[in-house]
Amino acid sequence: MLLALVTLTPFFGAAIPLLAIRFGRNFCAIATGAVTLTALLLLLSEAGAVYRGEVITWGVPWLPLIGLSFSFFLDGLGLFFATLILGMGLLIILYARYYLSSKDPLGLFYFYLLLFQGAMVGIVLSDNILLLLVFWELTSLTSFLLIGYWSRLPKSRQGAQMALVVTGSGGLALIAGMLLLGHIAGTYELSEILQRGEVIRSSPLLVPTLLLILGGAFTKSAQFPFHFWLPHAMAAPTPVSAYLHSATMVKAGLFLLARLWPVFASTDAWFFIVAPVGLVTMLIGAWIALFRNDLKSLLAFSTVSHLGLTTMLLGMATPLAAVAAVFHILNHATFKAALFMSAGSVDHEAGTRDIRRLGGLLTLMPITAILALVASASMAGIPLLNGFLSKEMMLEETAHTVYAGLPWLFPVLATLAALVSAAYSFRFAISTFLGPPRDDYPDRPHDPPVGMWLPVAILIVPVIAIGLLPALIAGPVVKRTALAVVGRALPEYTLAIWHGITPALFMSLIALVGGFVLFKSYRFANDLRRVFAGPDAKRIYDGAISALTAGARWAIEATQNGSLPRYIGVILGVIVVVGFVGFLNGPHEAGARAMIPASLPALVSWVVLAAICLALLFWHRERLLALILTSGVGLIVSLLFIQFSAPDLALTQISVDVVTTILLLLALNLLPKTSPVETNTAGRLARGGLAAAVGIGAGALAYAIMTRDFHTIADYHLAQAQPGGGGTNVVNVILVDFRGFDTFGEIIVLGIAAITIFALLDTALRGAAARTLDSIRHPEQSKDAHPLILVVATRVLLPLALTVAVFIFMRGHNEPGGGFIAGLIVAIALIMQYLASGYAWAAQRARIDSQAMIGGGIAIAGLTGLASLVLGWPFLTSTYTHINLPLVGDIEIASAVAFDLGVFLTVVGVVMVSLAQISRVEERAERDPVPKGPMDIPLRRGRIVGSNDGTQES
Amino acid sequence: MELLVASAIGMMTAVGVYLVLNQRTFPVIVGLTLLSYAVNVFLFSSGRLAVDRPPIITGADAYTDPLPQALVLTAIVISFGMTALIVVLALRGFLETETDTADILTEDLAPEGEADKTAGAP
Repeated sequence: MLLALVTLTPFFGAAIPLLAIRFGRNFCAIATGAVTLTALLLLLSEAGAVYRGEVITWGVPWLPLIGLSFSFFLDGLGLFFATLILGMGLLIILYARYYLSSKDPLGLFYFYLLLFQGAMVGIVLSDNILLLLVFWELTSLTSFLLIGYWSRLPKSRQGAQMALVVTGSGGLALIAGMLLLGHIAGTYELSEILQRGEVIRSSPLLVPTLLLILGGAFTKSAQFPFHFWLPHAMAAPTPVSAYLHSATMVKAGLFLLARLWPVFASTDAWFFIVAPVGLVTMLIGAWIALFRNDLKSLLAFSTVSHLGLTTMLLGMATPLAAVAAVFHILNHATFKAALFMSAGSVDHEAGTRDIRRLGGLLTLMPITAILALVASASMAGIPLLNGFLSKEMMLEETAHTVYAGLPWLFPVLATLAALVSAAYSFRFAISTFLGPPRDDYPDRPHDPPVGMWLPVAILIVPVIAIGLLPALIAGPVVKRTALAVVGRALPEYTLAIWHGITPALFMSLIALVGGFVLFKSYRFANDLRRVFAGPDAKRIYDGAISALTAGARWAIEATQNGSLPRYIGVILGVIVVVGFVGFLNGPHEAGARAMIPASLPALVSWVVLAAICLALLFWHRERLLALILTSGVGLIVSLLFIQFSAPDLALTQISVDVVTTILLLLALNLLPKTSPVETNTAGRLARGGLAAAVGIGAGALAYAIMTRDFHTIADYHLAQAQPGGGGTNVVNVILVDFRGFDTFGEIIVLGIAAITIFALLDTALRGAAARTLDSIRHPEQSKDAHPLILVVATRVLLPLALTVAVFIFMRGHNEPGGGFIAGLIVAIALIMQYLASGYAWAAQRARIDSQAMIGGGIAIAGLTGLASLVLGWPFLTSTYTHINLPLVGDIEIASAVAFDLGVFLTVVGVVMVSLAQISRVEERAERDPVPKGPMDIPLRRGRIVGSNDGTQES
Repeated sequence: MELLVASAIGMMTAVGVYLVLNQRTFPVIVGLTLLSYAVNVFLFSSGRLAVDRPPIITGADAYTDPLPQALVLTAIVISFGMTALIVVLALRGFLETETDTADILTEDLAPEGEADKTAGAP
């Protein structure tokens, strides 16, 4: 529980700085620091147990089916890293308070920082590797936000994007690798995976798993050839660079290597891949760092180099090398973060961090300079400082390493790297701080406020303390952590300054002296570098990205060209091909189900349908005719439903057809009346061919289904309709009861469609659409805007239709009918009023708002469901009872009727909104002037006065 | 009967697809209507055909399968909603651009402001 709290505290606390910034920057920094401090204290409360050798675990299942659990474990390694992350976090919070200018949104910065912190702690404490992956990706995302914090600068955005692309794609590899690892081990819990090293090492999937995991670790820790993103990430504010890019995030890859060390280290593949990658990174990083003029860039490549050093140590796969790796992680975190913050202070106060414009700052910024000089001496590997100790241990280990049968390879190259490393450390320190003061700094340099040098000073304390008394200060930490890395007892070793005359001593000496010589002959080395200029990784990256973009654009333009026929054609073509392949691979015998003999009416209907289809093919360009023909198809379909025992469907189909036809007629009134001939014969042939293929496929599939017997789940519905649902119309009972939830969702969809229609048409009365409307003039119009007979007939029919609707609704539960059909009937009756008497007249008399009807309908249906929930039944459970009414007799009332009422209201509302809105738009394009009254024929003194031109012009 | 229904489904599908592949909006809508008919009948027919056995409990010894009917009933109503939406979309599109093509050529995919200017030009 405590472990989860340690991880979650920064996440939950992340909101605090956003609020706290209202009370000032100091308060915000303190509040943020309090969050981190809380997490740190929670963590340290477990430290005692860990140092007694216990492993603390805690977890709850999350998605047990896929092996994901919310589980954490804490051992020496996790404690080491988590303490580093949280402790360094505190210093960074203090530093950032003074580093960021008052124009930068500090609350937002701390928000991102805490999210990142939580994700990092999550990585190092996760027991479940799937959970670890979640946190891993979170660090990529949050570091993207932090690097791009100054989002107005293009460099920030590019650096952030590059970091995200590189670490994100590494993260993808890691996901695959971790899934494989979990698959091999049979568990996703790290603590168990570490016990099953034997199983994993003997798996044939070992090498791919290892490669994928290394892909994730190497991209995160900026190992060659993925090292190029780290210097570009230096566009971030310096506190971010110090925190993410020296102390924590880039060490996540190292953490992963250390964590999985017991599993993989004893394999050959590990040694042959990891060790040389580390070595090469160390060498290349140091070499590039030497020639950087930007202080932060120099430190960035130096970080790459030191990460490579640690990777190499872990790759050597000996316990002592692992001890050295842990020791170096600790040392590097202290001196490098101190250096980053110092570089930030120089930049902050001198106005530049270009090494060529600096020098002589020792007298101007004495505190900063002294702290930075000590830290860079440690980086150079000068004795009595902590950097010397771990570097010497590293050199000692390489002296015993034989790679590919070459005993000199590792020692020589490692010494060379240490030499270059010493050279750039000298350059950093001497060129910035020593020498005579200059008079052309962009700003007047002076020491920064205490908040900016205090964190550096705090970090310098361990640099010196460990350097002087390594065994006392760092001994227990290194031992406990290395024990957790190695997973078994460690061989004898001592952390000491003097080990006697060893090979490493000579290598250290060579590195220091050679480094100083190299620094002195910088100009010569710089010429040498120009001769051996390697490929620019940034250019390769940019090339790859622009090639990807171009490829994506090409693919989009080829497939997404904005042509609807092409999209549909491609989709249907694929369906046909897939279906045909499936057909070829399946059995082909005829079905065995007894068929129904064809009847004469059926045959006649079929012939009519075929004729309509043919006519549509030839005359579909005449749009009105096409519409009439289509409604003919609808009629045949209704007949088909009647014939095959589906009265409800027939009723629904025929009423929907009426509504649809009216709707299309209304739309057609405004749209062009004919479609132009599409002259392209080949195109038409292709369309025809595809249409024929789809049609034949659909027909054949239907035939194959119908001629085969089947098993239905409907018997239960049939048996339970009356006892369970209280109705004899099984279709209706299914709709409002058994599958009521579906219906509920459906009416919501209908409501959404209606609101969309309203939105589309309501705004059509303004702007370009309105201008088009105004320009539409119907060449031929009936002389009667509102024909008298139609007006009278629809008004007489209205009450009749409403009565029928009530009847259909009431009987729906037992006989064909129900809310859907009744709703359609009412809607038709109302729409007829609009058609006959005009929009203005009808809209004036509409008492109930259609949109309210939709909302009310959905609400009623939902409340019916909730009522059963309140009574302790599942959502939408229904009940029924019998009521004996005088005269009428026994009536069965089911609670589902209320639900059906909701359906009814929604359907009425939806149809009314759609059609009434179109009518409203239509009115705009109607004859000018629009007749005001319900009838064209004005009544004067009780006498009908003939007029053909509407009321206004008589 | 089965053959008649199956071929009817085939015919409606074929004509529907032919119309949907048109470059104008109105034929596309008509085609979609036809396709909805075809799909609804297809779904319905998956419950197999039965004459004079409506799923109304009357004490008869056999009923047709009510489940596809319930599915199709909602499908009919939903397809109305869909048709209405598409019709209105087509109508609005026509009113905005004064053309009823279903193709948007790439050069027409200009930002809204510019499109307004060209459309608004007299």
